[in-house]
Amino acid sequence: MTGVQTAGTTLRPDQVDLRVQLGPLALHNPIVTASGCFGSGREIDQFFDIATLGAVVVKSLTLEPRLGLPTPRMVETASGMLNAIGLQNPGIDRWLASDLPWLVARGVPTIVSIAGKTVREYGLLAERLRGQQGIVAIEANISCPNVDDRNTIFSCKEETAGAAVEAVVQVADVPVFAKLTPDVTDITVIAHSVRSAGATGASLVNTLLGMAIDVETRRPRLAAVTGGLSGPAIKPIAVRAIHQVHRAVGDLPIIGMGGVRSVADVVELLLAGASAVAVGTATFANPLTAHDLLSKLPQWLAARGYPTARELTGAVAR
Amino acid sequence: MSGTGPVRALCEVIASRRIGSYHALTVAAPEIAARTEPGQFVSIAVEGDGMLLRRPFSVCAVRDVAGTVDIAFEANGRGTAWLAGRARHDVLDIVGSLGRPFSLPRQPVGCLLVGGGYGAAPLLFLASRLRRRELWVGMILGAATRRRLFNAVTARRFSHATYLVTEDGSAGTKGRVTDVMDRVLDARAIGVVYACGPMPMLAAVSKIATERGIPVQVAVEEAMACGVGVCWTCVVPYLSGGEVRNIRACVEGPCLNGSQVLWDRIGLAS
Repeated sequence: MTGVQTAGTTLRPDQVDLRVQLGPLALHNPIVTASGCFGSGREIDQFFDIATLGAVVVKSLTLEPRLGLPTPRMVETASGMLNAIGLQNPGIDRWLASDLPWLVARGVPTIVSIAGKTVREYGLLAERLRGQQGIVAIEANISCPNVDDRNTIFSCKEETAGAAVEAVVQVADVPVFAKLTPDVTDITVIAHSVRSAGATGASLVNTLLGMAIDVETRRPRLAAVTGGLSGPAIKPIAVRAIHQVHRAVGDLPIIGMGGVRSVADVVELLLAGASAVAVGTATFANPLTAHDLLSKLPQWLAARGYPTARELTGAVAR
Repeated sequence: MSGTGPVRALCEVIASRRIGSYHALTVAAPEIAARTEPGQFVSIAVEGDGMLLRRPFSVCAVRDVAGTVDIAFEANGRGTAWLAGRARHDVLDIVGSLGRPFSLPRQPVGCLLVGGGYGAAPLLFLASRLRRRELWVGMILGAATRRRLFNAVTARRFSHATYLVTEDGSAGTKGRVTDVMDRVLDARAIGVVYACGPMPMLAAVSKIATERGIPVQVAVEEAMACGVGVCWTCVVPYLSGGEVRNIRACVEGPCLNGSQVLWDRIGLAS
């Protein structure tokens, strides 16, 4: 096996310990879902038992219900897709009443993504989640690209990123992860800022702002003109951002996401510095992707003699 | 996990053929065939050149005993071109059956089915089921030209009266499906209208039916990434319980009450 790094002799898949620890957050395994890519959970539970996943990260919730943006909201691009949904959601109160009880009853470790329009709204959203059973963490989505004004993307500036996260941390009774965009000059500056504001960890990366034009009609292919680029096209950017943040802020656990669809992709994001890895766009292409990755990961690790998944975090060769 | 929900299956192509301007595939998919009703769709993975997403296709026929499913499509993009190139014994990765089917009438009423282009495909499946219930079935098939009319031969087999309409007059009546629709509704007692085709046609058909007080069901088409209800890209503005909602065409549709779709708001900011 020249050139292949292994930890030792081959193991049986059932000997591999998949548990991971992100600060105070313990997960059975590192496979989670990316916000906005897994519906309410019920849709994919038709295909496999979603309680087997490390966690489910739900679609971002806002204080008020949102109808979202007009169609077309989606366009496929080379090895990726652009979306502009505009945070359509039922509002946090309706979600707490209708969707959370189902997730709790199914025993799904739930990470709740929240998106505020103002720093105050982030605090109010976190307040609503206090004391709710079944929620294992909050993901503060401070980087949604599909908002009215790009200047309102909190994670583009260290001051606003820190302020939004602080508002959540001050009232939250569970660990808080800050979801960041790689569309910044230096993502490590933003990562330092959310760490100082009290974030337990970071979710890296959100979609990148993109655009596509129909050359025949000369019209933008999304009704909202621009949208978030996801899929394998952005995986190298995710790997880079995770690597940079892990090197710069070593005590900030990372949930990695961006173009993951194979076990090798999961391992690549772990090596870059992620402790858990989220499946996003790949679920659109195959609703069973997260399940397939979860069943194949132990085999991959066992064949190479790795007794744990967690030892791969940040283990890129220098 | 539900027993009647969608499944993912690897399905062998049994036949690939052309129907006018369109392509049709028959695949062996017993699990999917057993759970597919008219108006539902399947999504098929396509290969090559960085194409990630499945393509959704209405089912145009199901043979329960043989366990096969037929789809029809126009090869107008790279994904559908790849699919058009599949031959007997090739294997396709299919998820189905997806979406809500057409509701069938509970009363013995006359049914008028209006299809535009290959939008007629699911209506043929619907017509076969309506005929099993011994209901009167009329079918209006419209397209720009004769070549783009979908499978008029099968339509004649499944319907008591078939009306062809082309914009250029190369087959049937020259004009639009709505011109003929008015004439049929004047001449015959119709209890329900079903339609599938381009969105502007569905809007026009829904308007006529609703003005006459006839229930109308439409199968809508909107760009979708997942087909299973998790990506929220395929929404349609819909009036439900006095509330405007952007509902997902893939799970709450594709078959919707045409009088509740807010046709004027499609593509407009909320």
